[in-house]
Amino acid sequence: MADLSRAFVRRDMLPATPPPVGETGLVKWLRENLFSSPINTVMTLVSAFVIWWLVLAVWPWLSNGVWTTTSLAACREVLQGKTGACFSVLTERWHQLLFGFTYPADQYWRPTLGFVLLFVAAAPVLFFKLPRRLLIITAVYPFLAFWLIWGGSITVPLFVALGFVAAALTFQALAKQAMAQAALAAVIAALVVWWIGGQADLQVLVLEPVASRDIGGFMLNMILGVTCVSLSLPIGILLALGRRSDMPIIKWICVIFIEFVRGVPLITLLFVANVVLGYFLPPEVTFDLILRVIIMITLFSAAYIAEVIRGGLAALPKGQYEAADSLGLDYAQAMRLIILPQALKISIPGIVNVAVGLFKDTTLVSVISMYDLVGMVRGPIQGATEWNGVYWELFAFASLLFFVVCYGISQYSQWLEQQLRTDHR
Amino acid sequence: MTSLSDPQAGSFRLSMLLNDTRYRSYTFQFVALMCIIAVFGYLGLNLAANLRTAGLSISFDFLSAPSGYDINQRPIDYTSQSTHLRASIVGIMNTLIVAVLACATATVLGVAAGVARLSPNWLLRKMMSVYVEAFRNVPVLIWILIIFSIMTAVLPPPNAFRGENPTATMVMGAFAFTNRGVYAPWPIWGDGSWVVVATFLASIAGAVIYRRHTTKVLFDTGRLMPRGWPTLAILILPAVVMFYVMGRPITLDYPALKGFNFQGGVNMLGSLIALWFALAIYTGAFIAENVRAGILAVSKGQTEAAASLGLRPNRIMSLVVLPQALRVIIPPLISNYLNITKNSSLAIAVGYMDVTGTLGGITLNQTGRAIECVLLLMAFYLTISLSISAVMNVYNNSVKLKER
Repeated sequence: MADLSRAFVRRDMLPATPPPVGETGLVKWLRENLFSSPINTVMTLVSAFVIWWLVLAVWPWLSNGVWTTTSLAACREVLQGKTGACFSVLTERWHQLLFGFTYPADQYWRPTLGFVLLFVAAAPVLFFKLPRRLLIITAVYPFLAFWLIWGGSITVPLFVALGFVAAALTFQALAKQAMAQAALAAVIAALVVWWIGGQADLQVLVLEPVASRDIGGFMLNMILGVTCVSLSLPIGILLALGRRSDMPIIKWICVIFIEFVRGVPLITLLFVANVVLGYFLPPEVTFDLILRVIIMITLFSAAYIAEVIRGGLAALPKGQYEAADSLGLDYAQAMRLIILPQALKISIPGIVNVAVGLFKDTTLVSVISMYDLVGMVRGPIQGATEWNGVYWELFAFASLLFFVVCYGISQYSQWLEQQLRTDHR
Repeated sequence: MTSLSDPQAGSFRLSMLLNDTRYRSYTFQFVALMCIIAVFGYLGLNLAANLRTAGLSISFDFLSAPSGYDINQRPIDYTSQSTHLRASIVGIMNTLIVAVLACATATVLGVAAGVARLSPNWLLRKMMSVYVEAFRNVPVLIWILIIFSIMTAVLPPPNAFRGENPTATMVMGAFAFTNRGVYAPWPIWGDGSWVVVATFLASIAGAVIYRRHTTKVLFDTGRLMPRGWPTLAILILPAVVMFYVMGRPITLDYPALKGFNFQGGVNMLGSLIALWFALAIYTGAFIAENVRAGILAVSKGQTEAAASLGLRPNRIMSLVVLPQALRVIIPPLISNYLNITKNSSLAIAVGYMDVTGTLGGITLNQTGRAIECVLLLMAFYLTISLSISAVMNVYNNSVKLKER
């Protein structure tokens, strides 16, 4: 053995030295993300300049904003030539932007309540971890919202709802014996209830009735968006299944419908709703313009949703279809239990894209002189003498409302995709 | 789905139409067909009755009547004495003009933004995602109106360019941004200019042939010939030489202030600019996402495999990554072009006279021929979208993965 007393043996670990300054924290991050190469540095400087320039342009406009005057001229007086926004147009006219300019002012609580309840009603659909029993609220909501927004006696939506309940109960009771007879009986039950409702004409819990032409502003966009998306989803599923069906007549009906609707711009369909549809209905039938527009937008988005879902159906491996067949499931069971749950999951991003696009497209109704948010901005507000010449405040407000809704929806869909991801990555 | 146990022949009962899977599909189709016929018959009868009471009939005679209205952008000769048909053709040309301009600009913007979203530069990446999110989540109609307001409310009137100390000046002495539109130089094709154009077209063909030749040489002998600068030279030099040989036949007509307005050059209306840039920036945000997705769809292994074969980075891009990414990018790109064409019908909101503004707007209101006008309008858009889808199907088939 060597003489250990003279050997240099370290008995304890050296403490770790901190990494060089350039390799930690902020400095490292800056170097890697902003200044990693000459080109990168140039790009950083250019981007920073653009941001600086934007801030310089927008900040005085925001910070000098005037909130309390009653006209644009008064705003200019307050600003005395400085750059500044005239946000008074928002404080003065916010109710018109949100509810349209003829909705009775003392009834604003009704659409507001309807809007709040929309979240309650949508929650069980959006977050499937909530108890399933809450779906009853979702089912009740459309009738409640109709009553809140349009007013009138609660018996009207109540009887409509009762008709559906009667149909569902009849169908459930008879479906065990024979499907077709049950469906027929269900339709008859619903018609009987609606007929009774039409005869009864009860006036219970009457809210002040509001005509459809008085409904406008962002409320109109929300009504059109929510109604049309929820109606077009089932129609879209049926169209997609029809297009993949092996029954040639049904398939071709669906193909022609989908390709036709997807081939024309929404505006032409709105023209149809506005000026052409009247020719195809008996003279005594007068549809509400909102209803006509809802029908057209629903058909429009149903065609797009059908194509998205068809993509989802085509993406499923053939084995899934064969497995369903080999289990002895019939067509309806196979679709409901095996195929659609998977296909819809694949189609979620596409469906959300269509929904967001549709919601943005509801602004097009301003072209056929309906006073939605954009219609309000361009019509009564910019046309008023006191606000003639106000542009950016109004457009910024409108953009902000749409951005919040659409961005919210797309964030939700990303969250949902995470939740539904069952493969291992 | 066929039933396993064959029922005896000749035992057909009426209930089997509903319960037997062999016959049920016929029943369904029959019922569906009957429903469709009933609905269309009902609508048709109503239409006939309504037209009879109004004393009208479906006829396209109005197309040959004088239109009686002016159009502010005329690619072909048109006066208010021209027919409604000619007004519609002017409208169609205006639609195509704005659609082509917007498609080209949107592609450039979208590709640039899509690539920038993958850049290693954090600031650039974030800026581009703000751009994409801001434009994707706000209706295009609002963007059209915003840019239109900039064009009409912010830009100075032409008389601001007048006088000793004008409040506005022309950009580079050639472009005037006024609230009556943008005035820009426009080429005048003098005598012999066709020779220059023909030379240029010929040199494009020459450049293609040269590039084919270099590829052939590379494959045959392995010798790498330069491609970049010779192509550029073939493209530019002959045309420039011919331009001077022919005595400079092509000149630029600059806009100049005469009277109350600018004369000369080309006037791009504020509504055209608004529609063009709003559609381009809006759709560019969607294209950016497609481009990003397309590049990300090429797995990293492909890049690494190419690198391990000894390819240089820009060859990896052009030979390995791009061909695979383009297959993912092009189909949504084309459907975005289709969206631009369909969204250009929003021209009616800013008074740009596209086909929706002429045929579906003023002609419809003046003649009251709602059904015929809307029908023609739909037929026009349907033709465009169906032909573009046909092109897309051909492309999709040509790039489909050739699997064993």
